[in-house]
Amino acid sequence: MADLTRLPAPWGARIDRTKTLSFSFDGKPMRGYAGDTVASAALGAGQWILSRSFKYHRPRGPLTMAGQDANTLVQIGSEPNVRADRRALGAGIAVSAQNTSHSADRDTNSILDRLGRFLPVGFYYRTFFGPNDGSWLKTWEPIIRKSAGLGVVDTKLPEGHYDRRNLACDVLVVGAGPAGMAAARVAAAAGADVVLLDAEPETGGALTYGRYDATILAGARQGLDAAGVRVMTGATCNGWYTDNFLPVLQGETLWRVRADQVVVASGQQDQMLVFRNNDLPGIVTASAVQRLMRHYAVRPGRQACVFAGTPVGAAAALDLKEAGVPLAAVLIPADASLPAALMAQLEAAGLPLRKGAAVLEAKGRRHLTALTIATAGRVETIACDLFAVDAGATPCYQLPLHAGAKLGFDEATRIFTLSGQPDTMHLAGTVAGAHGLAAVIRSGEIAGAAAAKALGHAVAAPAPLADDEAGAFRTYPVPTGHASGRDFVDFDEDLQVKDIVNAVKDGYRELELVKRYSTVGMGPSQGRHSALATAQIVARETARQVAQIGVTTSRPPFGPERLGLLAGPHRSQHRTTAMDGWHRAAGAKMIPAGIWWRPLHYAGPEASTAAIAAKVAAEVRSVREAVGMLDVSTLGKLAVRGPDAAAFIDRIYTMAHAKQPVGRVRYCLMLNDMGSVIDDGVAFRIAEDDFYITATTGAVDRVFTEMSFLNAQWRMRVDIQNITAAFAGINLTGPLARRVLERMERDIDVSAEAFRYLDGRTGTVAGCPVRIMRIGFTGELSYELHTPRSYAPALWQALLEAGRPEGLSAYGLEASRILRLEKGHIIIGQDTDALSTAGELGMDWALGKKKPYYIGKPAVEKRAALGLTRSLCRFELDVEAGAQVGDSSLVLRDGQPVGFVTSVAASPTLGRIIGLAYCHPEDNAPGRSIRLRDRTGTEREARVVAHAFYDPENRRQEI
Amino acid sequence: MKRLTCPVNGIRDIAEFQYLGPFRSTSPEDAAALTEHLFYAPNPIGPMIEWWRHRPTNTVFLAERHTATDHVLRTWLPGTAEPQEGKTQNG
Repeated sequence: MADLTRLPAPWGARIDRTKTLSFSFDGKPMRGYAGDTVASAALGAGQWILSRSFKYHRPRGPLTMAGQDANTLVQIGSEPNVRADRRALGAGIAVSAQNTSHSADRDTNSILDRLGRFLPVGFYYRTFFGPNDGSWLKTWEPIIRKSAGLGVVDTKLPEGHYDRRNLACDVLVVGAGPAGMAAARVAAAAGADVVLLDAEPETGGALTYGRYDATILAGARQGLDAAGVRVMTGATCNGWYTDNFLPVLQGETLWRVRADQVVVASGQQDQMLVFRNNDLPGIVTASAVQRLMRHYAVRPGRQACVFAGTPVGAAAALDLKEAGVPLAAVLIPADASLPAALMAQLEAAGLPLRKGAAVLEAKGRRHLTALTIATAGRVETIACDLFAVDAGATPCYQLPLHAGAKLGFDEATRIFTLSGQPDTMHLAGTVAGAHGLAAVIRSGEIAGAAAAKALGHAVAAPAPLADDEAGAFRTYPVPTGHASGRDFVDFDEDLQVKDIVNAVKDGYRELELVKRYSTVGMGPSQGRHSALATAQIVARETARQVAQIGVTTSRPPFGPERLGLLAGPHRSQHRTTAMDGWHRAAGAKMIPAGIWWRPLHYAGPEASTAAIAAKVAAEVRSVREAVGMLDVSTLGKLAVRGPDAAAFIDRIYTMAHAKQPVGRVRYCLMLNDMGSVIDDGVAFRIAEDDFYITATTGAVDRVFTEMSFLNAQWRMRVDIQNITAAFAGINLTGPLARRVLERMERDIDVSAEAFRYLDGRTGTVAGCPVRIMRIGFTGELSYELHTPRSYAPALWQALLEAGRPEGLSAYGLEASRILRLEKGHIIIGQDTDALSTAGELGMDWALGKKKPYYIGKPAVEKRAALGLTRSLCRFELDVEAGAQVGDSSLVLRDGQPVGFVTSVAASPTLGRIIGLAYCHPEDNAPGRSIRLRDRTGTEREARVVAHAFYDPENRRQEI
Repeated sequence: MKRLTCPVNGIRDIAEFQYLGPFRSTSPEDAAALTEHLFYAPNPIGPMIEWWRHRPTNTVFLAERHTATDHVLRTWLPGTAEPQEGKTQNG
């Protein structure tokens, strides 16, 4: 292979011979040119084996040079699965072959090729069960994964930067070949805003590598410029989603394109001829040979054979002759119907034609050395190192199929057809069934005009053009399996004709089942080259038509996409409170709570478990013995205002709010239509027509939505606003809380007589406008101060300074949870589930008995009639006994689970383990006990406590 | 991604909307009707009137949608006249 060199100019339109780039392949130093792809540079340096096959480790080289096959997947540095025929060559890159046990050229696993008969179709479903139960995971899976891997993921990969951008246009044209360019030109000329994209680095499609007059391409490009078409190159439209939402991958950017109309001019996928050893390096598609020569000036071989199944192959033969590559034979299959003029051209060029020839076998170990063909019964072996195969192509049907188009099959030409795509999708070029260049361009013009017309632009639709060459374009049948096999249908998965035949024989008649059993079409090329061949084999084996078999369901993505593109740029989805900076500076360990970051404790982010426990206990003690404060800004906050505000929330919540006095705060409990508890909070009546309502951090959006939704139906005179982020909240709590407030500049009387438990006041504290509610989750004397967010840091600081004599300090979420548990308060969502009723929670007192209606009332009454099946109890254990009791520990009764623990914590105040658990209703009574199964599996006896663990008479919160 | 026409804000991506369930003509206070809705939802094939909400603007509105084709026939605000099929209130 050593003397394979480049062709002279003008071959190699994309490369710049003045700029050489050094790179390495499997450690060997090589040189290519600027403008090369990795694959063309390797081929230009004589490296044809780019990879080893998945199962048998057979050598593989480039097949399509169009980014469509898996043969060219290589590893570049730490990036696996790079398509070498699509990636531009970079200076100094280290390319290595994948799926080898040494290198592409020397793969010790290639012995597998000779063990093929022990690896039948569906082998991993049938073989790797023994000898023991765990054999698959312990023995077989690691071996198979190592030998059939696709690249190596570097888990230490540095973070990349990926963008996600939106793009809106009137018309998106997918594919910048002659059809796409014509469609874009016509639509843009009619006044539409058109974006034209192509996966290649330049527009033109087949015009850039096919045997066409260069003026056609130049004219088409001028047309795009004149019409003002926006062109995106190196961009792949990777799927179609409802209403023309189209993801487009371009480098490190994922474009989210929304197009009113879409024109699919995606071209075609070359098909491989099926014969023995059809996968040898040196056997490539005819268009790949044209791409290698016209784009990259790669001399593809020293002695070539061509299979001219359609005019493309015939053109490739003429190109090879023109490039000075000796032709050993040009095979014209018996089924071919090449145009007479083209045949005359071949004859005139003096090419060695073999009419009626069929390919029997390719020979060679690491590269093609000869072909065995049969012509009219005469078998001959022809030496060659290049076989350019043109066995026809299928339309690139993926996007229309995503959009719901139906696939048909033309039995005469053996080509898939498309129909039934949405009204806003237009097909052009080979996807629309056009093949001759004139007909292809015309079909693009028709599609572009149709798109413009749908947008309301006045444009005359050109008449369709008769396609003289249509009959010349066709595909070729799959022969029955070669006796010695190695006649590959699917290169990705190393599947031969007999594998598909055997899959059908094993009972899988339906294509979707054949796919799952044999893995055909599951590889990186997603059946682009195997789908038609597989459909033909299954049709033959089951005596049906190919149209009845079709292809397996086509779903996005069309091609591989990098996970970084899907992940997009890193954006924190969290909110922070106004005191976030203070918390962090004060040594808080921050945790996510819903969409917020909250301080968990102030022991420092890296503190030991023991240090954390000590700090949390100290935080609890400061609240019980002196005064502490908690940032409760994350609480949901709703403003419900208007003449019907009281009547409205009276229907929403279970308690009586209609006659709630101004200046009072009332607990509120929300049920759903099933009578289950879904949220709680408090409602502060600021004025007759103004309620300030809190909701739990995680549920406020749902509560707000529900209120808005209900009022859309009830149409009461009320305005509802979600002001969660507008207000910050600070809970000042502890026996000395009043003393702190008294010391502050304010216009609110905070004395016990003037500001009672469950009172609410508005006014000013330390110059900050506040709403203060005497409520408390902790069971201590508490003032909850709410202030506009912008005032919150100042108020927080003022409180800290005013409370210095009392030792006021901040406490975190962990201490808050313990404090509330000591009072036996529930947290909706933690101590409740989708079925929890107020009755189960012991909260019947919160249900307004005299109200005619509140949400859930009909269900509450029906469910009350059924009786309780469980009940949330408060339990306690000694510290040693309860050490291993955790959330979700089972509650057992007569050995059967009847409930589970919902909350549990060690109480620093009480010196015991305390918690909440669902138990049998009979057991939820003073003096009873429940049995818990702890994390070690040991059953523990826990005492049921009928009242709050701490301050059962609720004296402290009301002082 | 599908698009939906908000009667106030016009055509927007479906990701901006929230589905709120089928329209019910019965009173929520009617226990028997409520039970029927909760446990015997008809789930018909064909046009169905549903509640939707445009989240950024908190606009709750009605839409008639064909459940088999997922085609939205019309959208309108509650308490206003239902527009013709294929129309929305703002044109």
